[in-house]
Amino acid sequence: MSDTFGGTFVGMPAFPEAARAAVGDATLRANLRHATHTIRDKRARAVAELDDWAELRQAGKEIKDRTLRHLADHLLRLEEAVTAAGGTVHWAADAAEANRIVTGLVRATGETEVVKVKSMATQEIGLNEHLAAEGIAAYETDLAELIVQLGEDRPSHILVPAIHRNRGEIRDIFREKMGSWGRPAPEGLSDTPADLAEAARLHLREKFLRAKVGISGANFMVAETGTLVVVESEGNGRMCLTLPETLISVVGVEKVVPTWRDLEVFLQTLPRSSTAERMNPYTSMWTGTSDDDGPSDFHLVLLDNGRTDALADEVGRQALRCIRCSACLNVCPVYERAGGHAYGSVYPGPIGAILTPQLRGTVSEVDASLPYASSLCGACYEVCPVAIDIPKVLVHLRERVAAEGGRGHRLERAAIKASSWVLDHPTALAAGERIASATRALHPKRLPGPGARQWSEHRNLPELPAEPFRDWWKRNRR
Amino acid sequence: MRTEEPEDPVMRVALFVTCVNDAVFPATGVATVRVLERLGVEVDFPAAQTCCGQPQFNTGYRAETAPLVRRTVRAFEGYAYVVTPSGSCAAMVRHHYASFGGEAAGLAPRVYELTEFLVDVLGVTDVGAYFPHRVTYHPSCHGLRLLGLGERPRRLLEAVKGLELVELPGAEECCGFGGTFAVKNPDVSAAMGADKIANALSTGAEVLCGADNSCLLHVGGMLTRQGAPLRAVHLADILASTEEEPWR
Repeated sequence: MSDTFGGTFVGMPAFPEAARAAVGDATLRANLRHATHTIRDKRARAVAELDDWAELRQAGKEIKDRTLRHLADHLLRLEEAVTAAGGTVHWAADAAEANRIVTGLVRATGETEVVKVKSMATQEIGLNEHLAAEGIAAYETDLAELIVQLGEDRPSHILVPAIHRNRGEIRDIFREKMGSWGRPAPEGLSDTPADLAEAARLHLREKFLRAKVGISGANFMVAETGTLVVVESEGNGRMCLTLPETLISVVGVEKVVPTWRDLEVFLQTLPRSSTAERMNPYTSMWTGTSDDDGPSDFHLVLLDNGRTDALADEVGRQALRCIRCSACLNVCPVYERAGGHAYGSVYPGPIGAILTPQLRGTVSEVDASLPYASSLCGACYEVCPVAIDIPKVLVHLRERVAAEGGRGHRLERAAIKASSWVLDHPTALAAGERIASATRALHPKRLPGPGARQWSEHRNLPELPAEPFRDWWKRNRR
Repeated sequence: MRTEEPEDPVMRVALFVTCVNDAVFPATGVATVRVLERLGVEVDFPAAQTCCGQPQFNTGYRAETAPLVRRTVRAFEGYAYVVTPSGSCAAMVRHHYASFGGEAAGLAPRVYELTEFLVDVLGVTDVGAYFPHRVTYHPSCHGLRLLGLGERPRRLLEAVKGLELVELPGAEECCGFGGTFAVKNPDVSAAMGADKIANALSTGAEVLCGADNSCLLHVGGMLTRQGAPLRAVHLADILASTEEEPWR
């Protein structure tokens, strides 16, 4: 399935190799460090303001779990409500089917360009690339997505896709590329945030006013009324959702919540966890179509693309609770150093490390390496607003990858088995410890061989003691 | 002043020294014994213990972990208190043993990380230690997040005579060890370790203290490679140090 999933990431090397390059890129490291620490600290302050954060977190977890247990029922109820409100619901089993449906819908309008709200689901299926191949231009209108698109780059963060870029780099991209996509950047564009935002505003405005088709995702879908919800900061989403005549929303099936009451929890936890705001600037909600305002034609494409496979896994399914806040990315020490691209997916960071291998399987190099892209420090679990136990799922997925036996895991299992045997035979263990201690003067500080080389490239090996603890105990206490 | 009441019966604990301490850092095991005995606790070392199985478990080899879980549970049968100078190994038992079924869950409530045992069970923060050095403390992730050790290690350090405790910037960030992570992702691991070391050096401390020797194996290995003027020392080694028998 990897060939239809996020085309731009196909052929990525395994995480450790990709991360090695990122670790050596001083500019990238500085950009990521500055950005993640800023958001991390702001989030901590925003969350600390609420006395009932723990209760909200627990409620969010339970609402999602309850909904996922009866997912099919809620989706059918949603379909009924959307249809009754004048929309049309399409079901897409995988990326190829979703792309085919969306392309068909755009073709039917006779248009050759669309404006897009920031959407993870459409990136996951590689919709822009698919539309381009079909002769349809898709314009990203979120500021960071615009930077990524103009720079022919890939997103590296769920919430701030251009987190790996600094202001100077963004100014250069705008100056060089805006002209070939539409209105060029103003003469003498500076790298101040206000000037960069103004350049984007002028460039995007003509696209908003011209577009007849809008494409979005959604943060939530309310089953009881068939209402979709998009939460955003810039107002570009509001433009895309209201100005075009046709609106197509591609949404993962796990985004459904049963009732409006459920939103009360998530509309508090999502903005505080993601942008560290008490409330996000724009929350757009729409229910089918209306004669007075907004799009006259609305299509909802419900996307599976591996989600029901994840749902079938009792430990792994908690990844489907994710509300894409990206708090886990911002606190992750591995993400901070490796950057988002190393994860080879539109879902980077800790959540990506458990979501991507479940959605795509663990066939490719990068996907099989993702469950190991963590020191299991637990910072992600601590900040997750829906209490996804990411370390637990990582270990669970490591068991799956190890069981598949590929990529040296057969050898690794043999080594682990041997070590477990020794550790289950204290006499053999003590003999080994004594030999190691007795020969300690001969041990080098660096060692060749798998494992030892990776260790001693950066660190000295410890000086072994004259005797193991168990021998000291025998001499002194027994 | 002694009272007429009978003395408390001597408390008996089993030392769960951990495989890393047994083979590489026996001094930390000895230090733990010294601190506990100084406080009037009788220490046993059940020789059947080896490894709790965490490295195997966290690398995805559950079946290979099971015999070590059974062995550890059997080794500590009959002890009301099992004390270990490792937050990570204590967390393995407390959080994951129950999933192995059988008797394994029964060990979890009897395992105490050293600072938990000292502060919560013995009710002691001043253990009579002397350590005239500038120290900064790194709270290892499993002790911090899985056990919730909180202020316990700091309270113990603050009570040490002669010790100057200085704040470690970014203390709660992982040092980058992470078990097999250190060899599976060596570059990210080393980058995390380098930042931890830079933060520790910025404090001007002579000693980087931690309560998990596996983390200190990684950070300490980087410090000696760089020849940095900072030593990684386990908390138990500091608590065992006295004016009569100072740490060296």
